[in-house]
Amino acid sequence: MTLDVAPPSQMGSTGDTLPPGGVVHRRPWWMGQHMGTGLLLGIGGYALGHYLGNTIAGGYTHVGTAGENDVAIVLALLLGVVGWLAGVGALNYPLAKLAGREPVAQPDTQHWTRFFRFSVEHKTVGMQYLIAVLVFLFTGGLLAMSIRTELLSPTSHIIGPGTYISIVGEHGTVMMMMASSLVVGPLGNWLIPIMIGSRRMAFPRVEAFSFWLFSAGYFVILTALPLGGFPTGWTGYAPLQTQATVGMDSYLVGFSVIGLGMILAGFNLLVTIINYRAPGMTWSRIPVFAWSILATSALLALATPTLAVACMFGILDRTVGTAFYVNAHGGSSYLWENLFWFFGHPEVYIMALPGFGIVGEMLPVFTRKPLFAYRVAAAGMIGVALLSFFVWQHHLFQSGINPDMRPLFMLTTELISIPTGFIFLVGLGTLYKAKIRFEVPMLFALAMYFNFLIGGVTGVFVSDVPVDVTVHGSFFVLAHFHYTIMGGLVFAFFGGVYYWMPKLTGKMMNKTLGKVHFWMMFVFFNLTFFPMFLIGLLGQPRRVFEYAQGLQTLNDFSSVSAFCLGASFLVFVVNFVWSIFIAPQEAPLNPWGSLGLEWQTATPVPQHNFERIPVVLTDPYHYSEPGASPVADLAPTSFAEFAAVGAGGGGPIARGEP
Amino acid sequence: MSEHAGTSGRPGAGASTSSVAAGTARPLQDIWRIVGIWVALSIVGDLVFWFVAGPHVPPGDMTSSASGAQFDFNVLFMVALPVILAVWTYMGYAVIMWRASRPGAPEPIGGPRARSNLKVQLWWIVVTTVVVLSMFVFGTVELIVPAGAGGAEGPNPIWTPASKNVLPIQVIAQQWQFTYRYPTFGGMETSTLIVPDNTTIAFHVTSLDVIHSFWAYQLGVKIDANPGIDDVGYTTTNQLGKFTVRCNELCGIWHGAMYDYGKVVSKAQFQKWGTSTARATAANTKYLPPFAWTYSPTANGATGVTAANTSGQAPFSKIQTYGATTKAKKVVKNVQTSTTTITTGST
Repeated sequence: MTLDVAPPSQMGSTGDTLPPGGVVHRRPWWMGQHMGTGLLLGIGGYALGHYLGNTIAGGYTHVGTAGENDVAIVLALLLGVVGWLAGVGALNYPLAKLAGREPVAQPDTQHWTRFFRFSVEHKTVGMQYLIAVLVFLFTGGLLAMSIRTELLSPTSHIIGPGTYISIVGEHGTVMMMMASSLVVGPLGNWLIPIMIGSRRMAFPRVEAFSFWLFSAGYFVILTALPLGGFPTGWTGYAPLQTQATVGMDSYLVGFSVIGLGMILAGFNLLVTIINYRAPGMTWSRIPVFAWSILATSALLALATPTLAVACMFGILDRTVGTAFYVNAHGGSSYLWENLFWFFGHPEVYIMALPGFGIVGEMLPVFTRKPLFAYRVAAAGMIGVALLSFFVWQHHLFQSGINPDMRPLFMLTTELISIPTGFIFLVGLGTLYKAKIRFEVPMLFALAMYFNFLIGGVTGVFVSDVPVDVTVHGSFFVLAHFHYTIMGGLVFAFFGGVYYWMPKLTGKMMNKTLGKVHFWMMFVFFNLTFFPMFLIGLLGQPRRVFEYAQGLQTLNDFSSVSAFCLGASFLVFVVNFVWSIFIAPQEAPLNPWGSLGLEWQTATPVPQHNFERIPVVLTDPYHYSEPGASPVADLAPTSFAEFAAVGAGGGGPIARGEP
Repeated sequence: MSEHAGTSGRPGAGASTSSVAAGTARPLQDIWRIVGIWVALSIVGDLVFWFVAGPHVPPGDMTSSASGAQFDFNVLFMVALPVILAVWTYMGYAVIMWRASRPGAPEPIGGPRARSNLKVQLWWIVVTTVVVLSMFVFGTVELIVPAGAGGAEGPNPIWTPASKNVLPIQVIAQQWQFTYRYPTFGGMETSTLIVPDNTTIAFHVTSLDVIHSFWAYQLGVKIDANPGIDDVGYTTTNQLGKFTVRCNELCGIWHGAMYDYGKVVSKAQFQKWGTSTARATAANTKYLPPFAWTYSPTANGATGVTAANTSGQAPFSKIQTYGATTKAKKVVKNVQTSTTTITTGST
């Protein structure tokens, strides 16, 4: 067992972004590969694919015009993605290796233009993800605003049914794509290596690749709107999917691309947490946020392939005339439903678990208490992740498939509330006789518990088959999952942004604006979505542009609240721009007084995070415990010291094993 | 919860300031207060809900499955409300009593007693497990005993009503309307759903194109309509009145407009209506595909296309295969022409 205490410059291939023997090629900043070249090649790829598709398949009689040639659109989108990746330089390394040449690498730079380039530095990728998920979030939010505008009136239409259904599908898809990477992308990539005492992610190029796939997915899914939209909502049910016009191809290709990015990001984080823990960072010492990311990335790596396969079948059905989902030709419309939800339900927990982790990280800091029942928290997250693979058919309770299995899926679904309850036990136990400071992140953490409780309890209603007969597919379900995803994950995410922003940027977010943001968001979130439980119970199905006259009052109330909820995000944007760019206020090194390892590093975090790999001495939750050991020795000097903390812990890489 | 406040012997526990709230004499004072508030709130909340709101909870009591859904919802609510109130009471108490800005707030105590408490953890797990399992048992009984509780039971239902006199009614969904066929009246097809009172009805739901969902809201019935599949669900009517039928599964752009209204009428009226409608529509029924539990676009001519393709057109056309109506064709065409202008540029 060896302890790698060498400074990064001597570390060779393990800590450096340059391949050994690689050529450093210095170019002026405006040359070389970046988002601009990516866009250029992306558009070129789109045009080329479109031309090829029309050449190949344009002669078929059922392809009346080029505008409905699925082959052309699918090829256009795929080549567009390849062009984008090639343009930003994501393919340089593998292509050079394939050609038997040493790859030409750009040197690491701290220049701000690095955010627009293919960078393999995990903190840069984290920031890129942060901006990207916010763009996703605000795009989806604007679409939500137009949905609520249309629903202001039960019968007179502002945008019309065709546009409405496109916007509903686009909103759902964009938000789902955003929410699956909302925490894992920015905070996971940025913080996890530092939290577990590593200098980097396990696969830096894969990490960067996952981000550029994610950003490509954004453009792909946006092409759905000019292509006529897709009428299926984010669930994309076949055979409506097979029947739909070419906007559907954007959905299928978009989800495949994003799905590939999710798989890569997931297994990268999984490998990083398992193998790159610093010495002494045993499984009972890793921060609870790392546990949540571990569970989430396992789900990402294991569930998302199903989605990719499902989308591939869909693309084949639409382009080359297979019949995976066409009942009349020997396929089954149940196949899509099963494949989609086999991914879709773990996906729901991909969009909940990171929130639990963030909140678990913040509560001890703002209560000055140790995290209550750490092992229960970890067990809860792993339990949720495991059980989430056994519940997908509750989405098919009314579909008529496997009706005799409904009690089983009712059981597994309700069992999930036990490990989810663990998270509440941890929260409530930590609050017990605490000293609560109501900083902005803490407000978001408490709100997450408030909202997620409603979302979770109404989940039991939805899982109960007899009650589900009424609420299935209604606004009740819609309110339920907005309470879990937005009320849970998005609240936790914003808490995390306020909490870690001093670390990420070295600047404090404005506290007053933060509190205005929080209270607007909290109040109007509840005023928007709570009425939807009633709207659903009173008989309004999801995704309708017309509804009963009697429900107008509730719908209008919800719409107006939604506009105010949207405005609360403007407060965040103002706060962000103001605090980071206009009137930046230098943050103290550890503004919240946290014991977490990430707060023990310098700000800004040095390029390789740690001058020496720290030796972790204990878990980071020893609050209000005088005489407790510091969380880690950041400047370990001898092997004897490492031996003193015990031989266990640390990943195989950190232990120097092959 | 844990009684770690009593362990003021730990170094630096801040015992000098903590005498008021931590109350070494009564270590669980806070917990008992919370329990007291919670019990009071829960009893009041549950009673108010059960007696004031409960009888009005949708979908009402027009059928056995509707009143069953109402009863189940109310029971779940009676359990859910105390759970929610427990967390809210605790959090509210914590936010008020254990905030840092409260004058004389004691210093929190860390250490092993605050890090975990086996007794509390075990009790939590036991209680949540018991609650969850009893919810499951309750839900299962309420699903099986009323023969599927108005939900979809697939083509071969295993939980069937005890009654021998079950009236079958077929619901055919297509973009974007429901039609209803009555095998007991010679397979006549209507656009309005009329059902008799005090009768157990078997809804056979199928689709001609994409997935729809038949949601007869006041009847407490929701059954997905899958193409080529006969999806069965049961309910027993026990009240006269009007009800709404809505499509509950996104089925294309006019999904929001796919609804109609039905009526529960007396048995005598139903018989009269059925006989006269069957006679009045006999000429139309003759031209319909023969009554079947499912309709395949090519096999029995549901779309007017017969099994052998004699049209001279390409055998595979999305629009024809799924039997879209004229309205559908028109809409799809519009979308296509609008996209043409965008994509022809690069061809």
